[in-house]
Amino acid sequence: MKLALLSDIHANWQALQACLTHAREQGANQFAFLGDLVGYGADPIAVVDQVMALQHLGAFVLKGNHDEMAVAPPQQDASLGASTADWTHRQLSATQLNFLNQLPLTASVQHLLLVHASADRPEKWRYVDSDRAASACLSAAAQLTPSTPHVLVGHVHHQALYYQGAGRGLMPFTPTTGVPVPVPLGRACVASVGSVGQPRDGDPRAMYAVYDLMTQRLAFHRIAYDHASAAAAIRAAGLPDFFASRLESGR
Amino acid sequence: MKLLTPGTVLDGFEILECMHAGGMAHIYRVSYAANALGVRRDSEFPMAMKIPRMTAGDGAENIVSFEVELQIMPTLTGAHVPRFVAAGDLSRTPYLVMEYLPGQTLQTLIAQSEAMTPADMARIGAAMARAAHSLHRQNVCHLDLKPANVLIQADGRAVMLDFGLSCHAHYPDLLAEELRKAVGSPIWIAPEQVVGVRGDPRSDVFAIGVMLYQMATGETPFGEPATAGGLRQRLWMTPVPPRQHRPALPEWLQEIILKCLEPVAEQRYPSAAHLAFDLSHPGDVQITARGRQTQGAGFWHHFKRWLRAAGMQYQPSPLPTQQIDEVPIVMVALPYKDVSDATLYSLREAVQRSLGLRPEARLACVTVISPSETSSTQLDKSETNVHRWHLTRMKQWAEPLNLQGRHTSFHVLESGDVADALLAYAKGNGVNMIIMGAATHGLQMQRLVATVPIKVAMDAPCTVILVKQSLPFELLAHS
Repeated sequence: MKLALLSDIHANWQALQACLTHAREQGANQFAFLGDLVGYGADPIAVVDQVMALQHLGAFVLKGNHDEMAVAPPQQDASLGASTADWTHRQLSATQLNFLNQLPLTASVQHLLLVHASADRPEKWRYVDSDRAASACLSAAAQLTPSTPHVLVGHVHHQALYYQGAGRGLMPFTPTTGVPVPVPLGRACVASVGSVGQPRDGDPRAMYAVYDLMTQRLAFHRIAYDHASAAAAIRAAGLPDFFASRLESGR
Repeated sequence: MKLLTPGTVLDGFEILECMHAGGMAHIYRVSYAANALGVRRDSEFPMAMKIPRMTAGDGAENIVSFEVELQIMPTLTGAHVPRFVAAGDLSRTPYLVMEYLPGQTLQTLIAQSEAMTPADMARIGAAMARAAHSLHRQNVCHLDLKPANVLIQADGRAVMLDFGLSCHAHYPDLLAEELRKAVGSPIWIAPEQVVGVRGDPRSDVFAIGVMLYQMATGETPFGEPATAGGLRQRLWMTPVPPRQHRPALPEWLQEIILKCLEPVAEQRYPSAAHLAFDLSHPGDVQITARGRQTQGAGFWHHFKRWLRAAGMQYQPSPLPTQQIDEVPIVMVALPYKDVSDATLYSLREAVQRSLGLRPEARLACVTVISPSETSSTQLDKSETNVHRWHLTRMKQWAEPLNLQGRHTSFHVLESGDVADALLAYAKGNGVNMIIMGAATHGLQMQRLVATVPIKVAMDAPCTVILVKQSLPFELLAHS
């Protein structure tokens, strides 16, 4: 099985299309959406519809903090993310909101554990952004999977791999775009697959990853897409300009 | 794993014989096993199977280096590594099947040969440096080069074996850990490896330097330390100059060896290609006090270095390909007949620009002459005289270039086919960039046949800059 891992789409329809097309070209025959389908972006309806259709074909879909916010927009929260939650909520149909509300927080595929944020109390939405956080995530995952787990997460919008080196703790590794990295069975790791719809590392290209369970290799990809159209859609929808310009600069 | 008897079949491979029973692994010669119908597949080349003695159950530590080799070997290509065939499942029966290459390890060669000549050493050293450079270009640092891991082929080529301690810049380094322990073999390990740096191609240059030292003197430059403190000695110590052991050794060889063994990586050859270049052109080696000395360094010299070494610590390495791209070997092809001043001027400008920001780039000026120009009977056309005339001419051409302290060399090649000669030189010396004139001088045939620059540009192993002639206005006025 070749599993495409897509996280933090954030209602960016253009970026999602580009990643799905690329994943199919790579021979991906299964999809996993690691949460944050919506929020920030201008196309929540199209994105949720497409993900629902893929779920019918067997795709794994998880809940992220922005999906939760879209279901029940926080009234008191003045943060930027929360400001689009209310708008997103009004766009989505009752069926779509119900779909988001019923999404699970984790999923298991063989020795893989999929989760939006850290496996360490997923409902707390903790960031896996350091070897320490990755270690906490891994120990929690070890309770949930019988074999040595490989945990695949989103939420941080950066691509990284934390792996078991010669020492006791996890070592951070920055993957090279497009180079499949060996992730052998029996050697624990935590991979942050990055964000499809809202890159924040100065590179506007979308991020996703493909896990090949046959060859035990994980490839991190960066995909150029029509970010100008995605930004234009945000402006046309009357959402804050910041979310549009951020797609153009990848910041 | 226990020793397997001939005839045993493992995952479709049949054991023929055990060739080597080492501390870490058994190595067998194998063939494809016969299938149910008794049909045996032919292999394209002889094959060897390596099976680690330790299995996954014996504790993770021992199996890690096998796992590293399992990850890196299949990615490597080229004439300097055995071809990869198959690998066994690590959790079941770990093994690695690869091409079996005949030839002798450098260890055997050193033990057998009574006295190697400096030319032998340079030849073997250059072969090793070329092999190491081929790995570095694939973003792999070997990090455990030693005589037992270098196979010398009948054609003189060096093949690198055993990638158990290697580091692939695009893969997670399974041997890395927070404590940055020294990983390597005590005799050959580079100073930066002692403090835990993994992934600097110049660590392999150091190991080649140690092997050259062994070939030249029969001694090891830093002994075989068994303690961490003993290993740290090479962070500051200059070894006894080879010429103190063997005064007859040429200065150029000592210069090369001691440059490889500099404690600070920045002071060694910046890439293995530069080392191969010097070893293949002994006459062009710039000899300094380092090459001439016959006495070891004194107390104060070592004391100062010791102080500096005390602060040496782990730093992450950049990508090997990135690092070696910063130190290119630039080759300029200088025509000598029917060539205008404008062309020579433009070539010089292009060279100056290309060397520009890279202080460690090296320049090779090459001219190709036809074999008919030299004669063994006429004195004025003797090879020496003709070559000297061309060398002088090239040096005059290079004079206006600002080459302070930069490695520069001049070469006259004799060949009937200019393009072939330039290409062979570029390939043989790991040249990164060829600079040449865009037009073939004075040839009216240009429109009909592929010209020399076109042929070079199409077949070159590297970047080619074709220079169009242009003259600044003030010079035009005089021409």
